[in-house]
Amino acid sequence: MTAAAAPFDRQGTQGDAERVQAAMRSFVREFGVTAALHMEACVRCGMCAEACHFHVATGEAKYTPVHKLELFRRAYRREVGPFAPLVRALNLVPRPSIDDLQQWQELIYDSCNMCGRCTMICPMGIDIAELVKEARHGMFAAGLIPERLALMDRTARQWGSPATPAEDLPDILAEIVEQHGEPIPCDLPAADVLVTAAPAELGDHTHALAAAAKILNRAGVRWTMHQGGFDASNIGFNNGDLPLQEQLTRALIDTAVKIGAKTVLLPECGHAYGAARWEAAKWYPQGVPVRVMHMVEYLDELIASGKVRLKPIGETATFHDPCQIVRRGGLEAAARRVLAALGFELHELKDHGRFAYCCGGGGGVVSNVRAAPLRAKAFEIKKAQVEATGAKHFVTACGQCRITLEMGAKQAKWDRQVESLLELVAERLVDEGKP
Amino acid sequence: MTLLDFARGPALQFAIIVFVFGVLWRLVGVLLLPRIGDRSPPREGAPATWLGAARTVVRRMWPRREFIERTLYPTLNSYVFHVGLALVVFGLAPHIVFIRDWTGLSWPALPSDLVLAIGVVTLVSLVAVLVRRLVHPVLRLLSHAGDYLSWLVTALPVATGLATTMDFGPRYETMLALHVLSIAALLIWFPFGKLMHAFFFVLSRGATGARFSHRGVEV
Repeated sequence: MTAAAAPFDRQGTQGDAERVQAAMRSFVREFGVTAALHMEACVRCGMCAEACHFHVATGEAKYTPVHKLELFRRAYRREVGPFAPLVRALNLVPRPSIDDLQQWQELIYDSCNMCGRCTMICPMGIDIAELVKEARHGMFAAGLIPERLALMDRTARQWGSPATPAEDLPDILAEIVEQHGEPIPCDLPAADVLVTAAPAELGDHTHALAAAAKILNRAGVRWTMHQGGFDASNIGFNNGDLPLQEQLTRALIDTAVKIGAKTVLLPECGHAYGAARWEAAKWYPQGVPVRVMHMVEYLDELIASGKVRLKPIGETATFHDPCQIVRRGGLEAAARRVLAALGFELHELKDHGRFAYCCGGGGGVVSNVRAAPLRAKAFEIKKAQVEATGAKHFVTACGQCRITLEMGAKQAKWDRQVESLLELVAERLVDEGKP
Repeated sequence: MTLLDFARGPALQFAIIVFVFGVLWRLVGVLLLPRIGDRSPPREGAPATWLGAARTVVRRMWPRREFIERTLYPTLNSYVFHVGLALVVFGLAPHIVFIRDWTGLSWPALPSDLVLAIGVVTLVSLVAVLVRRLVHPVLRLLSHAGDYLSWLVTALPVATGLATTMDFGPRYETMLALHVLSIAALLIWFPFGKLMHAFFFVLSRGATGARFSHRGVEV
């Protein structure tokens, strides 16, 4: 498929034939009407290449989004499409081989963030990002995902989080409380809001968790974190591991139900939102029994209701739109309302809102060490756009985006700090009774 | 039976049967697949599913300002040959007569010299499409044999139609027969290749429009 052999990893002990069969079986299961319509409608116009940061940054044809679906397309044409028997009988489309699948790993994991910018440009409206996610299920079934992601997968299966075992949560939270001085309730038997975290908030970004605690405490919310479900970053969603996605989703929702919480509050994390807000219903066919909210919309509601008031900053800012909460999540306006409440004069990036370029780290790419050089190239697009705004603050609302952008800035020796919307809100809270 | 009789008679009839049954087979084959519903609660204020779908179908008729800088040439050229094909097919007097004989529907024709000029522009535009597909690294990578065949069966009726009108090549009846045969080829290939996007574009855009309007995103 590509000129030079691409790196790949393998998990498990399946033979090659079994891997191909597992991938094909999984691919075939994905084709409902929508996926099939999207497979059928492509006219190979190549427009999607012009939306993809990896293609734009490198000029390499192989990063064309719809090309990343080539093996998925072959599976569709051979096994599912309306002319499948004819296609198979005449071998019009070759069956993917183990080499094809292995070489495909780079395209579907290293060079796709499932950010969906390609979905926005496609004249046929094909949701390529969703199809890549569906194709990842087959790659996972075949034991053909980047080892770094597989390692996180194994950890999350055991611990409920790729960062830390559930039993360590009380100690970690106690340390954060000590460090930042803001009480964080843990394992309360009853609460209105179950608050969840991204892995980094239990490690490098503890300030963000303390910020959430400060806001919730000031707003008088009855909340808790809980060992039963505390990490919202759904690694199963990114990796293509559906059983793990279900396990992690259920941990959050069922824990919330157990403690009588009406709301699961997700952290500043994009894929957490994609997994819990839009996909939890897969496992709750009668309806998700709690409200799932991203931090941005929660802040937006707290501000709108007057439960928290902010001291305006009154400086210029630009905002990086996290793909999963804006382009694929619908929180474009909510994020801007929070920025406005902070008194920012917003200087939008050239490509912003649902047309924003991805940070380059989503979909597990930030954790995939192998993809670092490619990520660094994509970062240059964002860097140039941020510089062009001349804004003083560079803000975002996703911890993973922040990590990716911070890594990019460090490598490019770019002296810009990436700020968290949540942390800014916490810093600018008006203390009632004080001037 | 002359070549023209054959073209207008059995060849065209066969082609129309393949076209109708092929299109139905492909559409039904896709639409009968399982429907994987979205049971997530919609964004507050999200439009009805059908409305969200319809808006995206319409919205994607024209390019987004955000992308036009990088896609100006293929976008413009796509408009040229799509609009050109429509004007030639539905604007030329003999075509309208042909359609009237089959369906009873008719409308005023465009001046034949104008249609001729549009035909030339359309053919040039289609040649540009082919050249781009042959030289652009992304398109070369994406293209399958079927894509070139789709191009051929689209361009041939335009080329033979122009030759017929301009009295170019063999005698008129033979050229007209070749023109009709090229249309038969188009109809026969239509259900099997990407020309089906003429039907699928509505459904494909609509599915994405439904998915994202549910989430409160205008796509």
